[in-house]
Amino acid sequence: MEGKKTPLYETHVKLGARVIDFGGWMMPVQYSGVIEEHERVRSSAGLFDVSHMGEFLVSGPKATEFLNRLVTSDVSKMTPSQCLYTPMCYDNGTIVDDLIIYRHNPGNYMLVVNASNIGKDFDWAKKHAPSRVKISDVSDSTAEIALQGPNAEKILTKLTDCKLSDIAYMHFKDDVKVAGVKALVSRTGYTGEDGFEVYTGSRDAVKVWDALMKAGKDFGLQPAGLGARDTLRLEAALMLYGNDIDDTTTPIEAKIGWTVKLDKGDFIGRAVLEKQKTEGVKKKLVGFELVEPGIPRHGYDISEGVAKMGYVTSGTFSPTLKKSIGLGYVKPEYVKEGSQFNVIIRGKPVKARVVPTPFYKRKKEGV
Amino acid sequence: MDYPKDLLYTKEHEWARVEGDVATVGITDYAQNALGDIVFIELPKKGATVAKAKGAAVVESVKSVSDVFCPVSGTVVEVNESLSGAPDAVNKKPYSDGWMFKVRINSQKELSDLMNPEEYEKFASAQKH
Repeated sequence: MEGKKTPLYETHVKLGARVIDFGGWMMPVQYSGVIEEHERVRSSAGLFDVSHMGEFLVSGPKATEFLNRLVTSDVSKMTPSQCLYTPMCYDNGTIVDDLIIYRHNPGNYMLVVNASNIGKDFDWAKKHAPSRVKISDVSDSTAEIALQGPNAEKILTKLTDCKLSDIAYMHFKDDVKVAGVKALVSRTGYTGEDGFEVYTGSRDAVKVWDALMKAGKDFGLQPAGLGARDTLRLEAALMLYGNDIDDTTTPIEAKIGWTVKLDKGDFIGRAVLEKQKTEGVKKKLVGFELVEPGIPRHGYDISEGVAKMGYVTSGTFSPTLKKSIGLGYVKPEYVKEGSQFNVIIRGKPVKARVVPTPFYKRKKEGV
Repeated sequence: MDYPKDLLYTKEHEWARVEGDVATVGITDYAQNALGDIVFIELPKKGATVAKAKGAAVVESVKSVSDVFCPVSGTVVEVNESLSGAPDAVNKKPYSDGWMFKVRINSQKELSDLMNPEEYEKFASAQKH
């Protein structure tokens, strides 16, 4: 069976993209090359089709109350036009998905979820929603384009009257015209750079993409695929569902304990997460770099001596730092910076050292 | 795609340049292109015994890990140490700077199993991209 296509599929093919199956979606993994695209996003700008992501609309007078029970972070503290990153958990504290909540007002929200989890998330949310909260899945009719990199604002400004400098990080503006098309624009992303994510109707996706490509010509913009998206997000130590977090790990064990707000009242998974926060955990996600040659990969064992004590969840050769970096779960006594352990690569132990995350942090200009 | 005339090829997209009883081994232009940016190469040790169609080296791109299968059985007599600092030589010059190791060939007979440039070009062109 052929995978699902985003509205931009034909555009990617025309651009010479290498298309792969990604969780049932036919997505561009690279155009010119992963490293070149990665470096372009760090130095100027890259354009990503992320229309495979899922979007739900949640509305009703009890929407805030419902969402606050569904996720671990505090939805009640959100202001209009704010975005909130949060996991949602099962009763045992492990993770259903991580998502971004967009608040229009206390009775209207948009949820952006991972493509491979759309069905599962929708069922989970529906199951817990009171009758007066309406949830609709608008994934198929919604396109999402991510414009990422230091030149992102200069490029997008050419296509909109909206004053982009007024949109702060993790905030958005709705009903904006981008290239003449109605769009929601948020200052968000998955690369560790400044940038925007533009949501439009599926039918308008090609028009917006083409206009952005044209507007970005003088600013070094180039299309970037899922390959670069993965290396960029890993350098920024952003979680990837299915790799770093899943239904066997909790937000406390992962590096997103800060998203768990115990002062907000009851929510799904609270009891376990509260216990983990006070009593500690058996495994903890850390960032590490290899101090010997090799590249850590998802699924490799982590050992102390010869005994397995953890596993790698993500790993790559970092194009920016020019070294091998990774994330992995280890015993809590190994979380301290400088702690050493081995990653088992093709049967051989390769020395690794715990380093602070994010591995890469952009230099902020001005304010 | 480039298919030099003086080489022999495998179905796994390795090449061998045979000079006397020594074969120089690397991966083809098709292979490097399919792998994408190569960022790490694990070479065999000098003196190691390698067997035809068995993994002798490992090449890692940003996204993937692949074995390099040895086109002929024999003993490794030299490895391309410069690749450890510049693995992208395999992307840039797969048939020259990107060579991986040299093997003293056990049996010249094994060479008859390899493809000539015309056969390989036909084979590689028929592969799905």
